[in-house]
Amino acid sequence: MSLFNMWGRRSSAPVARERLQILLAHERALIGQTDLVAVLREEILAVICRHVPVEDDKVRVTMSRGETVSTLEIDIEVPTALARPAA
Amino acid sequence: MAKVLVVTSGKGGVGKTTSTAAIGAALAQNGQKVAVVDFDVGLRNLDLVLGAERRVVFDLINVVQGVAKLPQALIRDKRLENLWLLPASQTRDKDALTEEGVARVIGELKEKFDFVLCDSPAGIERGATMAMRHADIAIVVTNPEVSSVRDSDRMIGLLDAKTVRAEKGERVEKHLLLTRFDLSRAARGEMLNVQDVLEILSTPLVGIIPESEEVLRAANLGVPITIGTPASAPARAYHDAARRLLGESIEMTIPSERKGLLGKLFPKRAA
Repeated sequence: MSLFNMWGRRSSAPVARERLQILLAHERALIGQTDLVAVLREEILAVICRHVPVEDDKVRVTMSRGETVSTLEIDIEVPTALARPAA
Repeated sequence: MAKVLVVTSGKGGVGKTTSTAAIGAALAQNGQKVAVVDFDVGLRNLDLVLGAERRVVFDLINVVQGVAKLPQALIRDKRLENLWLLPASQTRDKDALTEEGVARVIGELKEKFDFVLCDSPAGIERGATMAMRHADIAIVVTNPEVSSVRDSDRMIGLLDAKTVRAEKGERVEKHLLLTRFDLSRAARGEMLNVQDVLEILSTPLVGIIPESEEVLRAANLGVPITIGTPASAPARAYHDAARRLLGESIEMTIPSERKGLLGKLFPKRAA
């Protein structure tokens, strides 16, 4: 390695290792997430439906992972008539 | 109790078939009764690497579909009486591998053999998932190279999710087999080293097979390297890996070619 450094050529293996570590951390999270989000979506929909009639395609669940914080976003469209009950 | 092993990798060309033949032969040399099964339906090659390509009559698909009985399709190795091959079909495609058919064939093989080695095709489609389906042990073949390591990581995930064992809440015993390893390039920082790959994949190592011209030579001749040139560096590494699979504890080394002064001065002529 030292010889290569002398010739001004950086060894490439550490770059490969770092790229793989970052990539695989991301891909493992993604693969774990697909199932979790699907399960959450189904269960959330079931709970909401017990009280408010919502359509299947009006519930959106997304998860994003940041470096320190992950967020779970649940977006449910409720029919207007129910959202603003008559006084 | 028979053990079912899958030799898998995701990426193609990393040495699954070579490793299946070499480890299968090494296990047989250790007195185990071994069946090697080619799951690469449509692109079979295990027969060629074992030098049995002219002896194939019936194949895995014939047995899966009940056209032939298992003993009719099994080919006994001419050098090792404990080693048998169940070849893949060359004319069909992987959709012919039915879940029930594969389960039945693996069940029958388990009754007759100590080890059933399933040589997986590349990819993550039906052939690969069927090859790993019934595995107790998985050998993940990896080259010290970015795309191979990434694909191995994916296969490790699948082994924990899509196998019968995983679905029963049990674990598939996973081992990493590092192939085409070049010690000098790794030492110069030109190639991922053993520690890098182990850290990234966090899977225990079963062997390190050094890059060697002997591997191509063995394939050319149709003789598993562990039979043909048992003293060569890759063959010794495969023999060690086989003994580790049998539960022996052997220090992990990277065998190198034993070249005397003459060997260095006059490199070997091509075979």
